[in-house]
Amino acid sequence: MSSFTVAALEAVADTIVQNKELLTSLDAAIGDADHGINMARGFEAVRVKIRAAAPGTDISGLLKLTGMTLISTVGGASGPLYGTAFMRAAAAAQGKATLDPDGITQIWSAALQGIKDRGKASRGEKTMLDAMEPAYEAFVEAVKAEKSLVESLDAACEAAKEGIEYTKTIIATKGRASYLGERSLGHQDPGATSSYLMLAALTEFCRSQQLGA
Amino acid sequence: MVGIVVVSHSAKVAEGIRELALQMAKPEQKIIAAGGMADGSIGTDAMRVSEAIVDAMTDAGVIVMVDLGSAVLSTDTALEILDENLRARVRIADAPILEGTIGAVVEASVGSPLEQVLATAEGAREMRKCL
Repeated sequence: MSSFTVAALEAVADTIVQNKELLTSLDAAIGDADHGINMARGFEAVRVKIRAAAPGTDISGLLKLTGMTLISTVGGASGPLYGTAFMRAAAAAQGKATLDPDGITQIWSAALQGIKDRGKASRGEKTMLDAMEPAYEAFVEAVKAEKSLVESLDAACEAAKEGIEYTKTIIATKGRASYLGERSLGHQDPGATSSYLMLAALTEFCRSQQLGA
Repeated sequence: MVGIVVVSHSAKVAEGIRELALQMAKPEQKIIAAGGMADGSIGTDAMRVSEAIVDAMTDAGVIVMVDLGSAVLSTDTALEILDENLRARVRIADAPILEGTIGAVVEASVGSPLEQVLATAEGAREMRKCL
């Protein structure tokens, strides 16, 4: 499970690094043009740290290492936000040697709450929560309907994509984009986009491993 | 004496504010700059902030001065990773970073308790410059 978790986190890190330009250009439109650069710097550091982690480091330990690395390397608001999400996820994953859909639900719920606590934000403020929270809800619903893990993740990805579209229709009230007021309309939120990209990478990873297919 | 931590996106800003504030400080007073990222780039680093809080800590506690948006988020995150007994003695000032730091340093230098240093730092919000 340990090497599996490392590979899953690497897939997430790879997608962020590959989408550095996209995230930065989205942020240039309504923010300070650093989301892609910051996130790529953070996840490049994560890649190095998790590869160097002691063999046998458990799921919780790897998630914690990811969170701690993000809070000290990203630099922008996404550092403490995603960092807190991974650290809360680590706490929820403690003692878990494997992950089933129920375990993933618990971990995801803790991560989501971490972002809400840290950002003092809620849905509808043009933030990462507009993708992540509907995605979580779609996942929970799919798991309840006894869909497979990959099917449930696919449902979550769809909901996250709709969430990104929704961010184009609302005004930012949190973060740097809030200075723009109505001029933030029509633009998709970079944080919602990076959340979706991570989720999509995780979903593709699980599909490639033929998990719960 | 209450310790002061200055958190800015820029290492130069944090250092500069510390330098200015030292002019008003007692020699033994702790003022720690926690600006920028380890690699020198612009940003805030919650690990660096938590280390600075530990360095600035005294029995009287620590006031953290912050600049923009993520400085607050990083400081909140730094508090989450600190020991609970340390965390209870830390306050984040909702104040302009430069004026607030000067006010806090002067208030702390006369031995005022934590809440009073916080109030003086936050009082900098109302300070008039051009009368």
